[in-house]
Amino acid sequence: MDNIAIVGVAQTKYAERKKDKTCADLVFDVTRAAMEDAGLALEDVDNVVTVSNDFIDGRTISSMAVGDAAGAHDKNISTVEGDGAFGALYGAMRTLGGFGTTLVVAHAKGSEGDVKFITNGMFEPIYQRLLGLESISSSALQARMYMDRYGLTEEDFARVSVKNHANGKNNPYAHLQLDVTVDDVMNSEKLADPLKKLDCSPVSDGAAAIIIANESHISKAKTKPVWVRGMAHCSDAYLLGDRDLAVPQSLAAASKKAYTMAGINDPMKSIDLVELYDAFSYMEPMWLEGMGFCEAGKGATLLDQGVTAMSGALPVNPSGGVLSSHAMLVAGLARIIESVLQLRGEAGQRQVENAKTALAHGINGACGQAHCVWILGNQKK
Amino acid sequence: MTTERDYDKLLTVALDKAMPYDWSIGLHGSMFFQEIRENQRFVGIRCPQCKKVYVPPRRVCGPCYTEMDELVPLSDTGTLRAFSVVNYPFIDPNTGGQRPVPYTYGYIQMDGADNIFSHIINETDVSKIEVGMRLKAVFKPKEKMQGHITDIIHFDIIS
Ligand SMILES: [Zn+2]
Repeated sequence: MDNIAIVGVAQTKYAERKKDKTCADLVFDVTRAAMEDAGLALEDVDNVVTVSNDFIDGRTISSMAVGDAAGAHDKNISTVEGDGAFGALYGAMRTLGGFGTTLVVAHAKGSEGDVKFITNGMFEPIYQRLLGLESISSSALQARMYMDRYGLTEEDFARVSVKNHANGKNNPYAHLQLDVTVDDVMNSEKLADPLKKLDCSPVSDGAAAIIIANESHISKAKTKPVWVRGMAHCSDAYLLGDRDLAVPQSLAAASKKAYTMAGINDPMKSIDLVELYDAFSYMEPMWLEGMGFCEAGKGATLLDQGVTAMSGALPVNPSGGVLSSHAMLVAGLARIIESVLQLRGEAGQRQVENAKTALAHGINGACGQAHCVWILGNQKK
Repeated sequence: MTTERDYDKLLTVALDKAMPYDWSIGLHGSMFFQEIRENQRFVGIRCPQCKKVYVPPRRVCGPCYTEMDELVPLSDTGTLRAFSVVNYPFIDPNTGGQRPVPYTYGYIQMDGADNIFSHIINETDVSKIEVGMRLKAVFKPKEKMQGHITDIIHFDIIS
């Protein structure tokens, strides 16, 4: 396999509502900024992948509406409907399949539609959708199952929210910049037991873009390349009732494949930081278990021991995570971008010292049906 | 599998509620509708590179991948470039009800613009419409305007 690297990244600041910008405006901002970051001109971009969702945009074949703004006029443009980490995976495949460079751009304006309606639309229409199941209530079921399986408490999850919101305060791109305590989380509005408002990510507007280059094209870029050392994805059953919601098996499978590709035997030893998709507080420990950083049911213990803190052996979500900014679809790409910034040593106040290898993670579908795992490094091998 | 005899035992589930949206019109679109409300005229935007004038104004010239910022005041007149008299029933996205037919959909090149604007033409007799005809926009009374595409009621054929 050829070597490929991420040579340009850009993202908007995430915010509750960007009324002055249309989706195309956001896409233009980040694609132009990603090219500037890479030091590449539009002619150096061989093809474009746009990431969007029709229900979120309220537009049929929404991906085609932002091509001009993405610089895709007269270029090969293809589209991914799903999380940006999966869009990036497809972009990486194109870069491995003959294109010298690929620009991947994702956008979402959660402020424009009704997110509960939109996520309700994920579910099977005959038996589940009309009962009102959507993102928060289905995740509440998953959190409850996880707590019951391993004897976890709501405070275990609250501590994740406290850690990630504190990290988010150091990230100028974060939507929420909050000082919160465990008590604040525990006393925040009960949305769907056991989830409170501060266990849940906000709904954000935003966009993000990356440029992936084949090794043969890397010398054109001015940035330090961040190498793709491993990547894999895996999907579980569609229906929630057909899955073990407390055990992310598809994440375990994807992680194993990505580690093998990257030549990693002991992820805890080899990986310096993790950016994972914590749409809800309970997801962070659960995903860490799936990634093999600890045994099943011990994800919360990692946090209690300080392992996942900024000062710990494995800082998790130095950006503040999805709990601090959640532009749907964009969020997985944002995990990759934060990893790139960390590996370049450009993460400012939230910089993890001597970061050489990072894991970035995205999810697709209700309660993490599918997982996409990226192993990125500032060294080629 | 299914015979005609038991076909009526097969069930369906209907969902007839619309999903609500509140789309941001953005900076350029907002200026377009404000200009219509204030001065009952169109406004376009010129690309600094290829000099094309787009209406309604937008941020990026796609072929040039260039940001545009030179607003160009236009009038309320243009030329018909294509049309279709529509006769089939259709749910009007504005009202959720059935749109009265027939109605005429027109592709209109506004005077001073290079691209095409589309709207309704106030004539449904095919024999009275021709490509190349001159058109003039008819606006709602100013106090009834809402910053909406229907602030333009339709285009009258003027010659
Ligand atoms: Zn131009």
